[in-house]
Amino acid sequence: MTQANPVQALDDVHRLLGHPSDLRGHLNAHGPLNVPLGRNGSWQQDLVTSLEASGLNGRGGSAFPTSIKLALARSAGRGGSVVVNAMEGEPASDKDTLLLIRTPHLVLDGAQYLGALCHAARIVVCIPIGRDPVATAVNQAILERARNRYAPVREEIVRPPGRFLAGEESALTNWIESARPLPVFRPDKGAPLRLGGRPALVHNAETLAHIALIARHGAGPFRARGMTEEPGTSLVTISGDVKYPGVVEIDRGTPLWDIATRSQPVASVQALLVGGYGGTWVGPGHFGTPYAPIALRTIGAAAGAGVIAVLGETSCGLAESARIARYLAGQGAGQCGPCVYGLPAIADDMARLARGEGSGEDIVRLHRRLDQVNGRGACRHPDGAVNLVRSALAIFAGDVAAHGQGHPCRHWRKPTSLRFPRTVGL
Amino acid sequence: MSGMRIRIDPVACEAYGYCAELLPEAISLDEWGYPIVDDRPLDSELMALAKRAVRDCPKRAITLLDKTSG
Repeated sequence: MTQANPVQALDDVHRLLGHPSDLRGHLNAHGPLNVPLGRNGSWQQDLVTSLEASGLNGRGGSAFPTSIKLALARSAGRGGSVVVNAMEGEPASDKDTLLLIRTPHLVLDGAQYLGALCHAARIVVCIPIGRDPVATAVNQAILERARNRYAPVREEIVRPPGRFLAGEESALTNWIESARPLPVFRPDKGAPLRLGGRPALVHNAETLAHIALIARHGAGPFRARGMTEEPGTSLVTISGDVKYPGVVEIDRGTPLWDIATRSQPVASVQALLVGGYGGTWVGPGHFGTPYAPIALRTIGAAAGAGVIAVLGETSCGLAESARIARYLAGQGAGQCGPCVYGLPAIADDMARLARGEGSGEDIVRLHRRLDQVNGRGACRHPDGAVNLVRSALAIFAGDVAAHGQGHPCRHWRKPTSLRFPRTVGL
Repeated sequence: MSGMRIRIDPVACEAYGYCAELLPEAISLDEWGYPIVDDRPLDSELMALAKRAVRDCPKRAITLLDKTSG
């Protein structure tokens, strides 16, 4: 086995994309896993310290600090599971699919390091039904690792249904345990999830890939990218009114517009959808905002699932938002009243507004419904939908006024430029 | 102040609405009949009614949480 290449430039060490797909190439680039089995206090402490020093936070949506999540899981007991969340239910996101097809070993290694720290009994990789290229790549990687006796903790794949909400972490553990892909009401969200009575540590695939690199090369190369307060790189999926949609790896803190230009947007852009379909529309005045949780929060946005969708001048923001609202209404788990009744009502209101059939009273009622539905589900699904619609009403305020007076823009009938798994009508 | 807050399990709740009838001071209903809870700690004089709301909920969807938890 070869050790990590010492001549590799420092700023190239911590990059997720562009690494070899096979185990031999992976080993050549990064060296062996080197997880001491059994009790090895100093090795464990070094890794915990590196993860803390890195400032890494979760890349699945909620941007929770990885080291805090790890500490909670470690205090919850041994013999549990590390769950690799590769569900990527967000229709506009491709990053985890790409990562697992290109560099499955990096993601699996991240799970192995966490597994060693938590004394976990197994690693469960969740890949939705229908995403077979990912399952094939990961399965091949797991077999390769088993043949080479590479991975100390057992690795397996499970295939939950490919619904939007199936990747919500409590829905995922619920499905693994009882075949119900539904989020669970947790009065205390700080308590670790459990599988078979043992702790379950659920992590997004991209987060695990970062952990694998930090474990091998320390926090330094990770922190050499991005900003001091928001270090590292992020995978972002760019879509919408662009010439070249796709996934890019960017330094955190890169201005939103600089990210969008990587995909060659259309000439005149009126807004960017940031985070995902439960995300936030951002207008041109804030296109310079750094892609980093702290900066995004100041404009009411979040990095979410790493999505940027571009809305050109010849698309209708209200029509696109109405489609997203309709899509999200159909993707609820059907468990909580405010979401079951509230989201379709909000989607109806938005559709009427987009068609130019909504009145001023309808808009007042829509705002009231948004206030009422927000925060009232077992999971954050309704909150995301509310956030999206609220930002649409603010960013496309001019359109709201015109459409609300029965004068819709001429673009509302245009087919969507967003990505949906199935046709979503107005 | 009692220090207790009302927490509704939205999965269990089926909009019977008894809680809002018992405790209009802290619980109202949305347009579909589901409870909207005032998140502030309950006044002590409302505690007896709050406990009754917990007992009377047909779906056992209501819990009282100490303000320090959750």
